[in-house]
Amino acid sequence: MSTQKIPILRMGQLLLVSIQVDMHDQLAMQLQDDVTTAIQKHGSRGLLIDISALDIVDSFIGRMIADTAGMARILGARTVLVGMQPAVAITLVELGLSLPGVSTALTVERGMELLQRPARGHG
Amino acid sequence: MDKANEVPLLSEQDIVLARQLVRKKAQETGLSLIDQTKLVTAASELARNTVVYGGGGTMNIAEVARGIRRGLRLSFRDQGPGIPDVELALKDGWTSGTGLGMGLSGAKRLVHEFELATKVGEGTCVTIAHWK
Repeated sequence: MSTQKIPILRMGQLLLVSIQVDMHDQLAMQLQDDVTTAIQKHGSRGLLIDISALDIVDSFIGRMIADTAGMARILGARTVLVGMQPAVAITLVELGLSLPGVSTALTVERGMELLQRPARGHG
Repeated sequence: MDKANEVPLLSEQDIVLARQLVRKKAQETGLSLIDQTKLVTAASELARNTVVYGGGGTMNIAEVARGIRRGLRLSFRDQGPGIPDVELALKDGWTSGTGLGMGLSGAKRLVHEFELATKVGEGTCVTIAHWK
């Protein structure tokens, strides 16, 4: 369990993370550490997080995603969250989390497009 | 008392297992995908509270019926420190720990019924129900 890790793929200046497992809290925090370390190590300019396989996002995971995006921004990378299921989006907003400051796209493809566009001065 | 429907909440891994059990039961009860998602999310928040703030406890899950309506009732019980100020604990953004403070208030918004019983020094029991 503790050796389980979520892979981070590097594609040029971008990092791709696809969360495919029901994460326990420690795994979520581990991912946050790994992603920020990878951004710094590779000088990444963009981070794409695919959550299409997640059937819930609770406040802990939501906060981890929002915090990760904030840290990435400070390290010079933009974050796009892609693939959120509609039921997850409805639940998140009702829970009180609207993930301010996190860019979203429906699909990986659109997320990649967003990240490849020139930055517009804000994260 | 059906013991098969009571699961321990002692670790982070138990929170994941509790989520998966609630999902399975919610599907069996015939809740819509959105209602399943709301209930599982609420269960995740409350299970985490039990583990993190209550020092561990149990989740009890039962199928319930009211007339022709079917639903699920979940109880999260701990013998932890209890909540001194329930009104405050149910406020958005208030947290006694490192959380976001959305757990209890958010869970309450996600389900049809929400009941909180707590006594300082004895523990907390949160019961929620969601109907088809």
